[in-house]
Amino acid sequence: MTVNLGNIRDNCKAMWRCGLSAGQLKAAITPARLLDETGRLVRGASAPDPEALVEGYRKLVFARRLNEQCGALVRQGRLAVYPSSRGQEACQVACASVLADGDWLFPTYRDTAAIAARGVDPVEVLTLLRGDWHCGYDPNEHKVAPQATPLATQLLHAVGVAHAARLKGEDTVVMALCGDGATSEGDFHEACNFAAVFRAPVVFFVQNNKYAISVPLARQSVAPSLAAKAIGYGMPGVRVDGNDLPALEKVLGEAVARARAGEGPTLVEADTYRIESHTNADDASRYRADDEVTEWLPRDPLLRVRTYLTAVGALDDDREQQITAAAEEMAAAVRAGVGAETVADPEELFTHLYSTPTPQLVEQRAALRAELELEEA
Amino acid sequence: MSAPKMTMAQAINAALRDAIAEDDSVVVFGEDVAQLGGVFRVTDGLHQEFGEGRVFDTPLAESGIVGMAVGMAMNGMRPVVEMQFDAFAYPAFEQIVSHVAKLGNRTRGKVRLPIVIRIPYAGGIGGVEHHCDSSEAYYAHTPGLTVVAPATNADAYGLLRAAIASPDPVVFLEPKKHYFAKEEVDVSVPVPPIGRAVARRQGKDATLIAYGPSVPVALAAAEQAATEGRDLGVIDLRSIVPFDDDTVCAEVRKTGRAVVVAEAPGFASVASEIAARVGERCFHHLEAPVRRVTGFDVPYPPPKLEHHFLPGVDRILDAVDTLQWEDAA
Ligand SMILES: Cc1ncc(C[n+]2csc(CCOP(=O)(O)OP(=O)(O)O)c2C)c(N)n1
Ligand SMILES: [Mg+2]
Repeated sequence: MTVNLGNIRDNCKAMWRCGLSAGQLKAAITPARLLDETGRLVRGASAPDPEALVEGYRKLVFARRLNEQCGALVRQGRLAVYPSSRGQEACQVACASVLADGDWLFPTYRDTAAIAARGVDPVEVLTLLRGDWHCGYDPNEHKVAPQATPLATQLLHAVGVAHAARLKGEDTVVMALCGDGATSEGDFHEACNFAAVFRAPVVFFVQNNKYAISVPLARQSVAPSLAAKAIGYGMPGVRVDGNDLPALEKVLGEAVARARAGEGPTLVEADTYRIESHTNADDASRYRADDEVTEWLPRDPLLRVRTYLTAVGALDDDREQQITAAAEEMAAAVRAGVGAETVADPEELFTHLYSTPTPQLVEQRAALRAELELEEA
Repeated sequence: MSAPKMTMAQAINAALRDAIAEDDSVVVFGEDVAQLGGVFRVTDGLHQEFGEGRVFDTPLAESGIVGMAVGMAMNGMRPVVEMQFDAFAYPAFEQIVSHVAKLGNRTRGKVRLPIVIRIPYAGGIGGVEHHCDSSEAYYAHTPGLTVVAPATNADAYGLLRAAIASPDPVVFLEPKKHYFAKEEVDVSVPVPPIGRAVARRQGKDATLIAYGPSVPVALAAAEQAATEGRDLGVIDLRSIVPFDDDTVCAEVRKTGRAVVVAEAPGFASVASEIAARVGERCFHHLEAPVRRVTGFDVPYPPPKLEHHFLPGVDRILDAVDTLQWEDAA
């Protein structure tokens, strides 16, 4: 067999052009870390700013409290369903905190806490899960797209928002979220490729929590990592410890900066774990051992930041109590907001579908109104 | 001796189990169907019983699932694939419309695709968006697909067995609100083949025509009408494609009045097709225009509003009231 040297040379040149080096390959496979599981700074890492990290910690506590509160609300029948991000709070906080006001976030059903971290009132976010309407916040006001349930579909919308921003000369960056399972969908491939080809200012942020409902990561991909897939599209892929808030903020922050500087998209994979069942309706004991969950508990994203901050003297009992009290206040507001009786207006079914309702919808709306009036009478 | 009681999920599970056991070429795959047994537990225990070669999870990609099923069917297997929910079948739409439905025709019958695409469908379970679509019209509108929608648990068993045995691709629509309701199912009693509608209730005054999740609603309406002195018959179509014109028209000719009941939005719907067919074939027997009672022409509502959307007993009886009874008097 003869080896075609010309081709090899071309390939090397192509790799060179897309900037692939051994270091970048490593970045796509070995998770970046700043704080280890015991809350100590890893060797050679520069220390995060303690005040900024306390603020990050505050957001982590809020995210955890929100997950717990939503879990309670679903048990009380106040929410139809809740996909918890417990264990993934560092991802939830980091992806929101690296964005500027004008940037966009494209979340999924699991990212309630990320949307709240972006500044949207959790009660508005929960409109979907309490069954009042499909999206309870104004995407334009907050620059947060509606939570996407059809997997990976939102990634293409994210690319579109980013490309439009470039065409209009705006310096917007778009953070597009999905799970490990969603990377198997065709739309994931299309979005990555479009973004790379158009050098769109997008950060694809995959929260690899190891499961898609019951299906483990090994059934989604046998690639060296999910971030490694980026190489095939000609964009950088970076793997990061998904339970390490400062590492996430660093990696995602750099990806956002690259995008803003016109250098195109990045695929970031967070190595994390879904501590709870897929949703309250799921029973994870059918497909994973408790031991596996137990193993991840010490890697808790809150614990390691708290340990670190306490060790460097940036967090004492007073401050911790203030943070907890503020989180309790938020939780009380969520309870009150979600618990408040709302009257969903049936006629709203007809009001938003077209900017001008079709004659048929006008007729159907009138028929429903007549029915309701009859019921009242 | 009465037959054992089974939920629809259990009846479908039994059909899959019997088909896998009887025919080595039957394979079941999809998302969460193996270890978990499906999000509705329809495939519960099958992976454990028959192993990874017969029942397996795929990567999370519906187009991939259906596309791979096409290839497996081309190579002699009978894939039964699960789409997790109605709206999550849409990524597979291209494979279904451009290949599953057309390959037999494209190859002048040289390639047959004995594929079953199982889809938990329709609403009534308080599901959030994308979990309650009635998508039957998309499939029924696509020539080449057989479209089946059982309304009873016995039919779910029998029709699924028939679907798996069929040489042609079948879209098998499972009304998910029926999954956990128990009924007697005697699997040894053969059910009529695909393509045959049945009258679930005989009536003299008017005929309600329904399929899938709307059949029990139509039966409840007939029950209610009987207390008000009106005798309504109920037809369960069982399959949308092939459509059983004969049974439907025979019943409608007896009563001269018909109301079609379906959950999907009415515009350009299966209900519209039924009304048109009945109108064309029974014109001279009809005392009144055929009415449709359907969902509104809006996306499936959020949980708190779904009861306003779903066609219920009152709307059916209101429609029956408009069938020009005074002219008959
Ligand atoms: C197109 C599509 N197919 C199937 C589903 C059903 N579904 C909802 S969540 C989920 C698992 C997704 O796993 P992953 O992407 O890893 O995200 P995670 O839930 O773990 O956050 C599935 C299969 C869906 N929502 N959309
Ligand atoms: Mg996952």
